[in-house]
Amino acid sequence: MGLKEFFGGGDKPVAKHLDTKPKSMFPSAYDVAPPDGAKGWEQIYPYYTQFQTARRAEDDAKFWFCNSQHWPTPFRPFDTIMLDFAIKCLGQYNTRHLMVPPANGIEYRLLNGYVYFSPVAVEPEKIGPRVPQFLDRAGHYFGNWASLYANWQTKVKAAIKEMDGIKFEPLPEVVPVEWVKSGKGLDNTNELLEAYDHAITLCYKIWQYHFEFLNLGYAAYLDFFQFMKGQFPTIPDQAIAKMVQGVDSELFRPDDELKKLAHLAVQLGVDAALMTGTPEQALAAVGNLPNGAQWLAAWKGAQDPWFNFTSGNGFYSTDRYWIDHFDIPLGFMRDYIGRVKAGEKIERPTPALLKERDRITSEYRELMDAEAQAVFDGKLGLARTVFPYVEDHNFYIEHWALGVFWRKMRELSALLSHAGFWPEADGMFYLNRNEVRDVLWDYCFGWAAGASISGAAYWPVEIKRRGAIVKALASQPPIPALNNPPAVITEPFTIMLWGITSEAIQRWQGKDEKPGVISGMAAAPGTVEGIARVLRSPDQLGELKKGEILVTPVTAPSWAPVFGKIGAAVTDIGGMMSHAAIVCREYGLPAVTGTGTASSRIKTGQRLRVDGNTGTVTILS
Amino acid sequence: MTVTYTLPFNAIGTADHARVGGKCASLGQMTQAGVAVPPGFAVTTDAFQFMLDQHGLKDEIARHLEGLDPENAAQLDRVAQAIRQRIGSHHLPGAVEEAIRTAYTAFGSFPVAVRSSATAEDLPDASFAGQQDTYLWITGVSDVLDKVRDCWASLYTARAIAYRAKNNIANAGVLMSVGVQKMVNARAAGVAMTLDPSNGDRTRIVIDASWGLGETVVSGIVTPDNFTVEKVLEQILARKISDKHIELVGDAAAGAAIEREVEASRRNRQCLSDAEVLAVARLAKRLERQNKCPQDVEWAIDADLPDGENLMALQSRPETVWSQKKKDTPKLALATGMESIVNTLNNPRSTRL
Repeated sequence: MGLKEFFGGGDKPVAKHLDTKPKSMFPSAYDVAPPDGAKGWEQIYPYYTQFQTARRAEDDAKFWFCNSQHWPTPFRPFDTIMLDFAIKCLGQYNTRHLMVPPANGIEYRLLNGYVYFSPVAVEPEKIGPRVPQFLDRAGHYFGNWASLYANWQTKVKAAIKEMDGIKFEPLPEVVPVEWVKSGKGLDNTNELLEAYDHAITLCYKIWQYHFEFLNLGYAAYLDFFQFMKGQFPTIPDQAIAKMVQGVDSELFRPDDELKKLAHLAVQLGVDAALMTGTPEQALAAVGNLPNGAQWLAAWKGAQDPWFNFTSGNGFYSTDRYWIDHFDIPLGFMRDYIGRVKAGEKIERPTPALLKERDRITSEYRELMDAEAQAVFDGKLGLARTVFPYVEDHNFYIEHWALGVFWRKMRELSALLSHAGFWPEADGMFYLNRNEVRDVLWDYCFGWAAGASISGAAYWPVEIKRRGAIVKALASQPPIPALNNPPAVITEPFTIMLWGITSEAIQRWQGKDEKPGVISGMAAAPGTVEGIARVLRSPDQLGELKKGEILVTPVTAPSWAPVFGKIGAAVTDIGGMMSHAAIVCREYGLPAVTGTGTASSRIKTGQRLRVDGNTGTVTILS
Repeated sequence: MTVTYTLPFNAIGTADHARVGGKCASLGQMTQAGVAVPPGFAVTTDAFQFMLDQHGLKDEIARHLEGLDPENAAQLDRVAQAIRQRIGSHHLPGAVEEAIRTAYTAFGSFPVAVRSSATAEDLPDASFAGQQDTYLWITGVSDVLDKVRDCWASLYTARAIAYRAKNNIANAGVLMSVGVQKMVNARAAGVAMTLDPSNGDRTRIVIDASWGLGETVVSGIVTPDNFTVEKVLEQILARKISDKHIELVGDAAAGAAIEREVEASRRNRQCLSDAEVLAVARLAKRLERQNKCPQDVEWAIDADLPDGENLMALQSRPETVWSQKKKDTPKLALATGMESIVNTLNNPRSTRL
């Protein structure tokens, strides 16, 4: 049953609860049927991700919201690893490291393949006692931010290097003779099994690093945010974000590198050679030109680390990274070459953005009295100190580190495919990470016994079955929330990143909506009219035409290269501090995020007016 | 200081403020600061003084006011009428007339607005001064001279006399200046406040605009288009387009501004483009910064000037309602540092559901 049916708008009767509880604002997870073709979906994911009937009373008493910002579509079973690790690590810092007084972690469940979150509050009597520990632990981080952050970068880069060094070798026909003669007494399976465990362990560590500073970054931002709202109750959220946001995040480097390469190509006269053919053909053509070698050296140099960049968000095994798919950066670069040749300025207006940021900051400051100004200076200073982490960590972790991780996993999947477990190279991703251990064992056993693997008789059919299920799950969009929202949400991520506020909840219920007008967050300023292009995946980015309005469930920072060509962006989800919102502001692209349903209500070809100042999208035709 | 009967706006310095009155001083200040203001000149209080000294007018006025009971409405009206009649019956002193004639010719003999420019203490707030404060679309020097004299006479409306009596301001020595300013051929005009008049929010600029001259907006006979602009981000946050059924336009032949109906196609059309709305907002913002306090600005878009250069400031005066209230609100205690972060986490205000 979808939301429409629940609110009594559809043909199917509203499912009745067995008890006499009053109707809740959103459905119960237990009353939402899976789509056709998805029967048995619950068993392809680990048991701890499921709503279980025995826990119904407990689960129905909680508010769950769908996180379609990070998980816009149902994922393959292996990808549960990212959900598990990310959300666990988010929680640990609130609950066990920093003792954030009112907030513990976030519980999660899957419902029909979509991810639902429920923040865990701290019991009121326990909040006070946590404060001294929070002051001590968080205080240490705020007080030593720069050095701790530098240390963090060292740790993360080391972990990435270590991950990169992992090798998956097929088991050989015979154990090397030197091992036998030296009395080693072990075979090649140890290395294979350890390599897999090593990769998983490193992925887990990298997620722990991901959250080391993030909660604090949001806490400092939230403090500044609330101070500004206290001084100016009507100040747009966007104004506060602009004062804090940096103008040069590492997230922008990949796009900046493409622009530099485009300019260089035109300067060296190799641009024409780049404009046609496959990446291999284009690069070969450049190599044949007099200045080709110079350009190719620059191209290679830019790749490490800046091509470790996904057009998705790093959470999906289907994500494509620039370094593995040169067609992606090449496509963007061809666009830039065209614009350079047409005399357009393609660089981000960084000096103008800085000037604008300083102007906005000083004008709001002028409107305050002297005491407030002193407080403003302190809080803004801290917010600006911590904010680079909020933006930059995304590149290091989701793009670079996870890019390496997925590459290693694809190598393993290919190896196992070769060994006969499944016909397609990426078959492994239909298994969850613990099932992979069983497959590795099957492989090792078969090798040791000199017998055939069991998996060949099992996995191909099972993978096909699971593939059909995942496809069926993706055919139905998610319900935005379950049960009743609480009076107050205290968990900082829930507020800042996912934008779960009373306005958002009203929007999900479809309240106060004028026909033809969709409202969301005024994420990035500007008003623009244009033709809508609804995209559901980054693979469709090439369909966008100049001046069109991108409408999609969620964008990613790596889509930035198209931001110069489109008129505006409209998304279903995304808070003011989501990476997408940050990047849109940075690129001067009007954006309305967190609309809830824009990508299902708007159709490609419709004429839209997008107002990034007020957060409204009007369907004109 | 030498006696001067007229001073062009671009020559009004701070030392001249006392003798050109509030309005002209403001126009002079704006002109000096490079704000686009229609050109014009002030007829100074020296000229009025000269007028009073001539023909014993000063003594006549004193005689009429002797024994006046300001509470006696009938007597008040009679006395006010008599004084104004006396003022109106005299020609301007020769030197004054000559000075005005010269100034008017020098700056182009355009149709002008003739406005009283008094110091605030001598007259009640402009909103009480009534229609006699301003004469629009005056053409030809003899009409200008007449209207200057009429402005002087407005010092002696019944209300003005009563006001001074109540506030113990001596009538002797009360002087007035008059502004003579080129009329704007207003395509659209109105007012802008550098705060939200409904709640004092200083991050907002609120603009009322309608077709033709701005007096229709000020007097309220038309419901204007209303725009709310965020002051720092310079974004239009809200707009309300109204049925603007009348406009006031200049009629050179009649030598006056006349009301006429707006044709159907224009009545509900937004009278300013978004770019113009932002230009008005920026003008108001600039004036607020120059005057160091919230402003109430009158502006007009001149149909005779090119886009981007056609926005004129006509008047800018301090906003008084909310600026006063601000001093009365108690200051909130502000938390800082880690303590504040703990408070924020424990009391997330923006998430109250």
